[in-house]
Amino acid sequence: MSATVQDPNLAEIGRIHTAAEQRCARRVVICAGTGCMANGAMKVFQALRAETGARGIDLIIDLDYEDPGPKDALLTRSGCQGFCQMGPLLSIEPDGILYCKVKPADVAEVVQTTLVEGQLVQRLLYQDPASGTRCRGNADIPFYTRQQRTVLKACGSLDPENIREYIAGGGYHAARRAYTALTAEAVCREILASGLRGRGGGGFPTGRKWEMARIQTEPKKYIVCNGDEGDPGAFMDRSVMEGNPHAVVEGMLIAARAIGADEGYVYVRAEYPLAVARVRQAVRDAEDLGLLGEDLFGSGLGFRLQVMEGAGAFVCGEETALLASIEGKRGMPMPKPPFPAQCGLHGKPTVINNVETLATVPLILTQGAEAYRAVGTATSPGTKTFALTGHVVNTGLIEVPFGTPLRHIVFNVGGGVTGKDGQPDPHGFKAVQIGGPSGGCLTEAHLDLPMDFDSLTRIGAMVGSGGLVVMNQSTCMVQVAKFFMQFTQNESCGKCVPCREGTRQMLALLSDITEGRADATTLPLLERLARNVKIGSLCGLGKTAPNPVLSTLEHFRAEYEAHVLRKVCPSRECKALMTPEIEAGLCKGCTLCARKCPVGAIEGERRAPHRIDPDKCIRCGACVTACKFNAITGV
Amino acid sequence: MKPQSTLTVDGQVVILAGERNLLEVIRKAHIDLPTFCYHSELSIYGACRLCMVDVEGRGLQAACSTLPEPGLIVRTQTGPIRELRKVNLELLLASGHHDCPTCGKSGTCKLQSLATRLGVTQAPYTAPRVEQPLDQSSPSLVRDPNKCVLCGDCVRFCSEIQGIGVLEFTHRGSKVTVAPAFNKSLADVDCVLCGQCAAVCPTGAITVKSDVERVYAALQDPAKTVVVQVAPAVRAALGEAFGLDDGLVMGRMVAALRRLGFQKIYDTAFAADLTVIEEATEFLKRAEGGGPLPLFTSCCPAWVKLAEQDFPELLPHLSSCRSPQQMFGSLAKDVLPGDLGVARENLVVVAIMPCTAKKFEARRAEFAVNGNPDVDFVLTTQELAAMIQDSGLAFAELAPESLDLPFGFKTGAGLIFGHSGGVSEAVLRYVAGDLGATAAGQELLQEVRGENGRKEVTVTLPDRTLRLAVVQGLANARALVAEIRAGQADFDFIEVMACPGGCIGGGGQPVAAGAGVRRRRATALRHLDTAADLHRPQENHFLQQTYAQRLGQPNGPVAHRLLHTRYASRRRIQGEGIQLSGAGAARIPVSVCVGTACYLRGSQDLLKRVMDRLGTEDGAEQVDIRATFCSEGCDRGPTVKVNGHTLHHATLDGVLDLVAAARAGSLPPQEEPPCAASH
Repeated sequence: MSATVQDPNLAEIGRIHTAAEQRCARRVVICAGTGCMANGAMKVFQALRAETGARGIDLIIDLDYEDPGPKDALLTRSGCQGFCQMGPLLSIEPDGILYCKVKPADVAEVVQTTLVEGQLVQRLLYQDPASGTRCRGNADIPFYTRQQRTVLKACGSLDPENIREYIAGGGYHAARRAYTALTAEAVCREILASGLRGRGGGGFPTGRKWEMARIQTEPKKYIVCNGDEGDPGAFMDRSVMEGNPHAVVEGMLIAARAIGADEGYVYVRAEYPLAVARVRQAVRDAEDLGLLGEDLFGSGLGFRLQVMEGAGAFVCGEETALLASIEGKRGMPMPKPPFPAQCGLHGKPTVINNVETLATVPLILTQGAEAYRAVGTATSPGTKTFALTGHVVNTGLIEVPFGTPLRHIVFNVGGGVTGKDGQPDPHGFKAVQIGGPSGGCLTEAHLDLPMDFDSLTRIGAMVGSGGLVVMNQSTCMVQVAKFFMQFTQNESCGKCVPCREGTRQMLALLSDITEGRADATTLPLLERLARNVKIGSLCGLGKTAPNPVLSTLEHFRAEYEAHVLRKVCPSRECKALMTPEIEAGLCKGCTLCARKCPVGAIEGERRAPHRIDPDKCIRCGACVTACKFNAITGV
Repeated sequence: MKPQSTLTVDGQVVILAGERNLLEVIRKAHIDLPTFCYHSELSIYGACRLCMVDVEGRGLQAACSTLPEPGLIVRTQTGPIRELRKVNLELLLASGHHDCPTCGKSGTCKLQSLATRLGVTQAPYTAPRVEQPLDQSSPSLVRDPNKCVLCGDCVRFCSEIQGIGVLEFTHRGSKVTVAPAFNKSLADVDCVLCGQCAAVCPTGAITVKSDVERVYAALQDPAKTVVVQVAPAVRAALGEAFGLDDGLVMGRMVAALRRLGFQKIYDTAFAADLTVIEEATEFLKRAEGGGPLPLFTSCCPAWVKLAEQDFPELLPHLSSCRSPQQMFGSLAKDVLPGDLGVARENLVVVAIMPCTAKKFEARRAEFAVNGNPDVDFVLTTQELAAMIQDSGLAFAELAPESLDLPFGFKTGAGLIFGHSGGVSEAVLRYVAGDLGATAAGQELLQEVRGENGRKEVTVTLPDRTLRLAVVQGLANARALVAEIRAGQADFDFIEVMACPGGCIGGGGQPVAAGAGVRRRRATALRHLDTAADLHRPQENHFLQQTYAQRLGQPNGPVAHRLLHTRYASRRRIQGEGIQLSGAGAARIPVSVCVGTACYLRGSQDLLKRVMDRLGTEDGAEQVDIRATFCSEGCDRGPTVKVNGHTLHHATLDGVLDLVAAARAGSLPPQEEPPCAASH
């Protein structure tokens, strides 16, 4: 531990930082989110340094707070900017330029044309597929203009490893106010008044959770940040931890003030090494400035924060299992009551909040509950981040107000559905899986449904953590259900009977369906199991595990029945159910297949293309083996 | 008068009387809600989901983990609940390889009886599960993972009540199994073989290893003379297997044993009388300055194994007396060959015990002469019941018969060995006479006989004061040892029994869990004590005769050879660590554990930082840094010892503080934990 600094002067830190930044003529930001990094963002970063160095451009990567001289440019990395589909992203301020899919080979042109000549590199600008026009940057790219980025706002521009920049942007002022100007009760009241609901899935009012912990008389309390995001296709929390870790730290500081905790843990999924590193760095930097430690802001109150890596189990996202994991035990959920707010980590009152929830807290304290409530719906105020993936033009991380219709998200922000060939397909929409393995699917009928906690719950789905997987017509909904069932079965902790055994048997029944072994008893059995696993399981993982099955059964029952009764997969995804087909162009009409077919399902004139009658076909594959011209495919 | 708080169960108003959960309230209302994972003596687990009830306004809740609040309206038999229970049962039946006809637990299996009770006639779910091999490595227990319903009762019993924790859950999803660490076999871990896992197991996943066939083979071998000893606690429980009143079974058991072919039927209680005399003599000798106190009893083999594993420095405090089973075996194999005219190799001594650990004890190398064990086979009460059933004997109809002499004769003191506090009471009878004659003595005996996990009494004798502690459950024993080491507790004599209630609650007794059954068994033994003619071991004239003819004086040379033993440390890792700095001279020893668990918690890094700091600064030559291997505090690592003082969850600052304290002289060197602190 370094020596604690008593009540750091945030305004002064911010002023010095801003002044240093203003000495740089330009700011070049490379998105260093996981998606862009994977696509070579750091190579672009290095190429930029080399190129500018060779040309004698004064480009710095660390702000010099002492040196009063002007600089040509500051090069920084940012967290995920959300537009992952178009990465690596490079933006130049104050010009408001965003270059997409930038490769190291493009760097020389960017330096010459933009940094030196002040012109645009047209070919690197985003081209709106609808209008065909090139967009200069965030201000005119529909993907961004159709969102409302608040929690994610800083993620795209802020250098996540620079605490001073966070402070210069108003950071830690909310925490300071909580420790110096507000009572614990007042902080809880403010959060309760804002209507903030937990982003981890359940949507429990955060203020109520805090208040429950605040009134506990036990002197020792804990705050835990749940960063064990594990839903397939969800990466909102990762992006926040990577892109704006100080918002999480500040949110925890405020939460600690609200409930009277002096110790906290950030539990980060071990598979998020960058998030782990960034949060660790944030904690260290905050400690160095005296923003974590003893006697915070001269209030006499202390708060210490530890970062803990998860153990690779999805179930550790469940709060009681997460606490067990922190305690060094096997991550298995415990029955509630007692609730963690009463008896949590090491038996002490503990508040567990999701990353996004905590990152929202400083915003609320800064702008006030009323302003916060102005966005979103009455019962789901504020904005929500979603990870948009699947068959959609713009995959990435988005943020919209609660209550935004699904149609807006998929078609306006997401740019529409892509077909089997990866190209936009205006008629391709089939469904959206929301909330990952705990959620359900939304169909065409739900496109105008406002996306908020209550509307989704009403139709049997849930916001969940915020994963949105868009699916086109080529998707088999039974396979979707099976995919998620396989996931929950693998990730079940195995403690309670319905989840451990029920998901295993449900998975087996789904395999029966996709592999042609199902009969008239299969669906009733599957429904019976789904019903009982849902009501009987111990924790949220098990209670929600049947949701993908139940919702696909509800909305796509005909598709299930086609599999079961006719042994046909309408989306042609279930290989075991695929009927062989003869490609007319390749068929020479040799009749060999017709002679080999044991059930006489193949007909056709000699020297003319043959045809397979799918109703007669028993999918034995004999014709495929027999054909000498590779004209038969599909088994 | 204050109105009573009540809630409603299926329309019945039930008065709340401090029940810990809704399940207890419902069972009080005479509704036997089914459960697998609820065990009143263990922590709430909430996994089997069979006790789900409908609480008005809240929906389905697990009764075991719901607080009984006044005014609740509870329903236990709604449609959804009945379906859920059935589905759960079906899923469990489909979850493993439950082959009732060939399962040792058939008839006492909870899964079987619940399936019958709930009318589950089929398991429509058929996804197969890979069959796992049995673990037959233990001399006492067989683990069959294929029959496990993962209720976790064994896991919690082993860790919560016994403080051993050799069983844990491993893997995830449908691959979850209960197994020792790294899927080792039971024989390769620190299992003390108490068998409580088998006793709480609702199915046949952990069962007592049967030696019945080996005993039958001996009985049928014409060259062998087979004699049997029966432990006190067996007679208190065998009747349960035949639905009989406990007090009446002894004579029938003797008759049954004769019919089964045992030539002589003796009583382990005779050897228990012998144990009292030897142990009390040893104690008095130690008290007079001859040896370390407190004296721990050594009749429980599970406790002895635990002490050897975890408290080797405590071994001099264990009574050197063999257990009654082994005293009997040793004496029988010494005396009977002459008396019965049979060679030692052809004399087979069988012990009927309530205990699974006794099977292990009988195999200890020190209890054999030239490879011939003093006790050849140990059968549990369960196995004896199985033999009687197998033989077709109508147990209830047998005319009672008498035990053989001389080793069938005992006093009440030997009989009460079977329940917790009995050994202490028997020793008190020997050293202090009849305490029951006074009111104060009565009160004291009530405490000794009580059901608490740990009982403490102080007995004032004419010449001295005796401080006794009686513990049951090895977690309680471990806690007491920790207090003694820390100097927070001080006793002269400590009785330890691994199983709750003592031997009557042994892992080999007929399956019937709960304090109520144990209470009944203890009462049966006390009735037998009351009915006995003699109550003090020194009054046993056959014993006096044995001393006169064979043993000489209590604790004398012959007695020592035949009736006493030695113990050895079973610590897996022994010896000094690897010295990394300094040498010789007066120094402060600093040892950092680099065993696997501590290593994973960063001890290697800590060691490096400790060396960087302590190795370079002034006075470096005063510090002797060592890397040690597992210090067996794995859950609290990294573990560092400075001057013999243990620091768990060690940090660099913590170590430096201790070293600074040691340098300043405020942290005196501490040898291995002092048990002899008091005397």
